[in-house]
Amino acid sequence: MARLTARRALFAVPVLLIVTFGVFAIAAASPFDPVKAYAGTAGLTASQENLDQLRANLGVDKPLAAQWWDWLTAALTGDFGDSSTLRQPVADVIGERVGWSVLLAATAFLVAILVGTALGVLAARRPGGWLDRLVTSLAYTLEAAPPFWLGLLAVWLFSLKLGVLPSGGLTDTASSTVTAGQVASHLVLPAGVLAVSQLPWFVLYVRQGVGDALGDDPVRGARARGLAERTVLLGHALRSGMLPVLTLIGSRVPELITGALLVETVFSWPGIAAATVQAATAVDFPLLAALTALATAAVLLGNLVADLLYGLADPRVGFDG
Amino acid sequence: MRARSIRGTGGLAAAVSIAVAASACSSPGDGAGGNGAKDSAVVGIAYEPETLSPLLGYGKDGNSKIFDGLLTHDADMKLKPALAAELPKVTDDGKTYTYKLRKGVTFSDGKPFSAKDVVFTYETILDKKTNNASKTELDAVKSVEAKGDDGVVFHLKYPYAPFAERTVLPIAPEHIAGKQDVNTGDFTTKPIGTGPYELVKWTKNDKLTFKANPDYWGGAPKIKNFTMAIIKDDDVRATRLDAGELDGAILPPNLAKKYAGNDSKKTYAAKTFDYRVVTLPTGNKITGDTDIRRALDIGVNRKAMVDSILDGAGKEAYGPVPTDSPWFTKGTERKFDAAKAKKLLDDAGWKPGKDGIREKDGARAKFNLWYLAGDKLRQDHALAYASDAKKLGIKVQVQSGTWEVIEPLMPEDAVLGGGGSPADPDFDQYTLLKSSLAGDGFNNMAHYDNAKVDKALEDARKSGDRDKRQAAYDTIQRELVKNPGYTFLTHIDHLYVVDKRFGDLSTQVEPHDHGLASGPWWNVEDWQPEK
Repeated sequence: MARLTARRALFAVPVLLIVTFGVFAIAAASPFDPVKAYAGTAGLTASQENLDQLRANLGVDKPLAAQWWDWLTAALTGDFGDSSTLRQPVADVIGERVGWSVLLAATAFLVAILVGTALGVLAARRPGGWLDRLVTSLAYTLEAAPPFWLGLLAVWLFSLKLGVLPSGGLTDTASSTVTAGQVASHLVLPAGVLAVSQLPWFVLYVRQGVGDALGDDPVRGARARGLAERTVLLGHALRSGMLPVLTLIGSRVPELITGALLVETVFSWPGIAAATVQAATAVDFPLLAALTALATAAVLLGNLVADLLYGLADPRVGFDG
Repeated sequence: MRARSIRGTGGLAAAVSIAVAASACSSPGDGAGGNGAKDSAVVGIAYEPETLSPLLGYGKDGNSKIFDGLLTHDADMKLKPALAAELPKVTDDGKTYTYKLRKGVTFSDGKPFSAKDVVFTYETILDKKTNNASKTELDAVKSVEAKGDDGVVFHLKYPYAPFAERTVLPIAPEHIAGKQDVNTGDFTTKPIGTGPYELVKWTKNDKLTFKANPDYWGGAPKIKNFTMAIIKDDDVRATRLDAGELDGAILPPNLAKKYAGNDSKKTYAAKTFDYRVVTLPTGNKITGDTDIRRALDIGVNRKAMVDSILDGAGKEAYGPVPTDSPWFTKGTERKFDAAKAKKLLDDAGWKPGKDGIREKDGARAKFNLWYLAGDKLRQDHALAYASDAKKLGIKVQVQSGTWEVIEPLMPEDAVLGGGGSPADPDFDQYTLLKSSLAGDGFNNMAHYDNAKVDKALEDARKSGDRDKRQAAYDTIQRELVKNPGYTFLTHIDHLYVVDKRFGDLSTQVEPHDHGLASGPWWNVEDWQPEK
């Protein structure tokens, strides 16, 4: 276990290096000018001399490799630089926002796992039955629906037509404080949409896993011994049927991150997403590189956790495999 | 073993999620504030500031709510003292401005305000290391000097008549802002000022909340809680206004229309200096031709643009100065006359070719017109312009792009631009028309080059005499009739819808930029909500 973790950690180093360098390279090749983005409307009346001075102050007049190297060496000492778009240290930007994104993603993920497992088990009980057909076709439909579209649909239905849930923001517009109750009511729609967009994969995997397990010898044996259907289903079939889901948990992390980006935009959720989009269009090198490194790390960690869980759950799978 | 592992990990995952959720929620509050409170106002705005630090450009045109400048504007945009005790004394032929400061003013942290804060603010903005993109506006300043605790003297490099207008920019406290990195320090998001409101919280991309400053030198505001919700999408802003989440909002003409005759909401149309203009670059053979320029100037139907594109919320523009401004030169209005425009082109030798496009000496009357992608208003203006030009036999090819695409093409191609600054005619016109600024950033985009205009611009900024300045701006406006390097199309009203319970409100004349404190809430500190 320790060896697997260590090997993966070692592997993460070149990946992070390549990814962050890629960010700098792509940003440098993009047509956006970081100085124009920084200056905003004031840039439209600024003199060339003023703009040149800004370019030097922001350090974006250096060659691409030098900018990346400066960023990297500073980042290793814990200094992630200053975001040029948000006029704040990058660490502050991430600190202020990442908590809300984690709250959103974790809630959605939890709901997706719980609901997905429940629906998957129900569908697997009677393969080909009406419930199975309903759940499966629903899952395939949702699989094809982009989270952005689902979000707009949810706003239209719950905020505009029914008026039961707020359409966006973290708290009520007039409120100046952040209370758990307000955040909870504002969390329902974005987390719900994100959960629904993740749901199909869990449903389909659990249904397949449990369905296969129901046909396995141990389960047939358990049934033959006259154990209650409930015990067979939850105690035996679900347990081995869950194995593929564990892998899924890790592999869904990238999808969860991109899904969260879109959902946060639709619901004006003050998470890391808006900052990412802003950083990308404004060629905010330090912020963009830090956010990309963070997302990459989350994906690598997700995969590691999935493999570790799988190894724990199934002793037949070695950690060195 | 297997069962326990799975159950264990499941439980662990759940526990982690709950712990994360709980920790993210751990910013408890008292839940105060809410809709409909008599002393609260919530407004929806479209733009979010990058920073709240005046040192980086926030509030440079005055009216920043958290801060005060030495001077400020009244409803008619006339200068009046704020942190200064009176209007400045101008001496040394317009090169020295002396301010006497108001006594007994404190910052909202209780520390006194003094001349050293003023000197600190201006010197920091002018510092090369400060990333302030609008510092060009203070180009005239040579030095700033404190005279005791309550006197400040500005020494200018050259006589600059509109300088007092620049001293509306907010004053930052040296004892706080001076102790941190000016470009990224805490002060950029957690400002402290002398203004009528204090910042409670700024949730980026979401909202800014303010509370009244009880010790404000101008008297404590009646509206105790003021919130600006940042809602970039026009439709969402209208929806949330309807849902009662907002008390007021800025809206585009098509969405504001439906509130006419509404029982609980009132629509305000703020007059502006915000113009839309087509640049006619001097470097292009077609757009540089005076006959073509003049034909377009009288051959485009401005009235139709106001009626159809702006739904009547605006007026025809004949130059950067709106027709109802005292600086406007009467008699320079251009009557729409397509027949006269065609005759002008015929007489100049621009003859229609086979496809109806005019030709002269082998050159076809054809040029590109760019507008900023995604800007509906500019797109509509550009298409209307092209359609009017086509009737004259001039082919205008409309294209959209980002500024990155457009900027390198500006010396040759026409651009649908916008601008406008009501404070002083110099602010707009000098950078728009001065030949030496051609191609300097976004200044003088059309590369306009007219010696008479250049001279008048210099005269106007140097003279402190209102009549002499008026004469100079009259010259410029008449020159723009003879040789229009730009086709000015419209001045656009900014529309706001606000709940009637705040009574009758006023608006200021507004610039091109939608500042945070534009709209009827420009003087929210003076609002008297109904009991």
